[in-house]
Amino acid sequence: MGADFLYPEFEVVRNPNRCVNCRICERQCSNGVHGWDAKTKTMTQDDAKCVDCQRCVAMCPTRALKIVKSDCVFRENANWSNDAIREIHKQASTGGALLSSMGNPTTAPIYWDRLLINASQVTNPPVDPLREPMETRVFLGKKPNRIERGPDGKIVPKLEPQLELSVPIMFAAMSYGSISLNAHAALARAATELGILYNTGEGGLREDFYQYGPNTVVQVASGRFGVHEDYLRAGVAIEIKMGQGAKPGIGGHLPGEKIVGDVAKTRMIPEGADAVSPAPHHDIYSIEDLRQLVLSLKEATEYRKPIIVKVAAVHNIAAIASGIARSGADVIAIDGWRGGTGAAPTRIRDNVGIPVELALAAVDQRLRDEGIRNDVSLIVGGSVRSASDLVKAIALGADACYIGTATLIALGCRMCRTCRSGKCNWGIATQRPELVERLDPEIGRKRLVNLVSAWKLELAEMMGGMGINSVEALRGNRLMLRGVGLTEKELEVLGVSCAGE
Amino acid sequence: MTIIDASNLDHREINDKIREAGEEMTIRGCLGQRFIATGASDKKIAIEGVPGNALGSYLNGATIDVRGNAQDAVGDTMNDGTIIVRGDVRDVAGYAARRGRIYVRGNAGYRVGVHMKAYEDKSPLIVVGGRAGSFLGEYQAGGSIVVLGLGIGDKPLVGDFPCAGMHGGKMWLRCAPDRVRFPNQVLARRIEESERAELRALIADYCRVFDLDLDETTSGAFTVVVPNASNPYRQLRVDN
Repeated sequence: MGADFLYPEFEVVRNPNRCVNCRICERQCSNGVHGWDAKTKTMTQDDAKCVDCQRCVAMCPTRALKIVKSDCVFRENANWSNDAIREIHKQASTGGALLSSMGNPTTAPIYWDRLLINASQVTNPPVDPLREPMETRVFLGKKPNRIERGPDGKIVPKLEPQLELSVPIMFAAMSYGSISLNAHAALARAATELGILYNTGEGGLREDFYQYGPNTVVQVASGRFGVHEDYLRAGVAIEIKMGQGAKPGIGGHLPGEKIVGDVAKTRMIPEGADAVSPAPHHDIYSIEDLRQLVLSLKEATEYRKPIIVKVAAVHNIAAIASGIARSGADVIAIDGWRGGTGAAPTRIRDNVGIPVELALAAVDQRLRDEGIRNDVSLIVGGSVRSASDLVKAIALGADACYIGTATLIALGCRMCRTCRSGKCNWGIATQRPELVERLDPEIGRKRLVNLVSAWKLELAEMMGGMGINSVEALRGNRLMLRGVGLTEKELEVLGVSCAGE
Repeated sequence: MTIIDASNLDHREINDKIREAGEEMTIRGCLGQRFIATGASDKKIAIEGVPGNALGSYLNGATIDVRGNAQDAVGDTMNDGTIIVRGDVRDVAGYAARRGRIYVRGNAGYRVGVHMKAYEDKSPLIVVGGRAGSFLGEYQAGGSIVVLGLGIGDKPLVGDFPCAGMHGGKMWLRCAPDRVRFPNQVLARRIEESERAELRALIADYCRVFDLDLDETTSGAFTVVVPNASNPYRQLRVDN
């Protein structure tokens, strides 16, 4: 009441003509929005608890429910938005730093949307992907700069370890703990079926998931949770997490109350202890130190696994990437400022880092200029929302893309953006058994396979239109892109011409 | 027992020879090669000379005995095993160690025991015979760290900012509590006489290895440090 009162953001609208008082909505809502008044035999509701996850809407058998954004807002103006005013009130009543879930929602430019893809006309015929072979397979890892031949004239194969992807898409790192076991199972099974890779995040790996090893990237972060020899050997690649696009310069901190049972066991830490994974690796202060971690991981796995170094896209990303390429790493993963997260300080999520499109273009160019582009592969993420974003990323120089938020949406996520509460009604960002069981890993697997198969088809169609029949030939092919509504400087950084040029 | 002459070998060649060797071996002429015995299990490795950084990283049960000094990152992310260093170690020894023991007879560098954890029934232990540098036990989440200050004279036992970020485990320092400045998030107090038995049990093996008198080593002033709450670094956040 009074100054602390904030009107609910969402309103639950129940159509009394359709509602049959079945109380399914009440059972489905972990936030306690819906209730039952036994006296009057009517449904009740508390709009203030609603997060707009739409679980009740999706489960209502008579379509009696909808959730609408409240029109009771503060008197906004161009400077003081409703959200800006609400945030001040929240901080004035609690003294807390703001914490948000999922990626940066601001209206800042999305460069994917300012880039247009080419198609062949007359002089260079398109390829029909339905009739002609299209190669979407890619290999990540160091490529030799020249071919060596033996005395018999035959090529001497001296290839560093490679990762094979049937399509240039990988499931981004999301730890067991931040998402549920069933979500992990769906990702692992889908990656296996698709011939791509998923990523454990920094939450360790259960032994019953070792069976998905050929399609698993295991992650090593500053807290080293669950990192031991069998874990390092379980996957096909090891990713060193230096940073995350949603919160560059900020580490992970899973509170003790979420470190229970199986999550604690998998992270190999005591139950109830905070899982602190700070932003700095306390043994890495230089590229030479990074090289030491890269090489110790290679030693531990007998040089059989490529090492990925994941960094957030920040101001000096090109110089940083150049250093990583010289550290002995095989792959650099760049996570942009729109990347998702279970929880990040709002101010950092929305203001720290740079768009991945600009970071990617700058890194690819820098590595080419220095003649070391073939020493590493590039993965980008944060956020790649569609097959056209994927095509644009490849044309800007990416070898593959990480998709995270898109996979969660495929699993059922409605983007209510309250992952941090641990009460995900879709069984994704939760550890509550009764919620986790709502996500059937088999249905999840199928929906993920559908998503990636659809993108693969779209990728082939767009490549065909350009007259290109392999992803290899699209990579770094910036002539296939034109910019619209961009300044000369932006076009220069992106390395693309203006539409019409 | 196998003798490995390391003088003309790089770290990959040394590790190949360790894997090929039987259970017991001595590495001679070690000259700063890194990553020695990474991930090793079921081996007893004596090292003469100076092993380089990341000695015994991801160690998985092996025993390493260094007859001299070691460098940075000894026992990084150690899963189990024993590392004995008869001289000094440098920075970040025992980073994120989950089980196993690191015994140092001499002094240690910065950030020793950073992120040290505990897992299931086992708990890691680091014992430093001399002095330890700044940020000792940073982010310590489990296990035990003991610093004995043997023969250090008037020099300080630990550097600045010990226990910064500590949220689990226990630290034992052989000095009075007022000799060291601790952060607010830990409780540092004088040892209780009832705890001497626990301390004796903790370092009896260390004293045996280095031929030290257990009674004398565990006597005198000791400071015991533990976090003052289970989640001392929780920050005030508001949902947005």
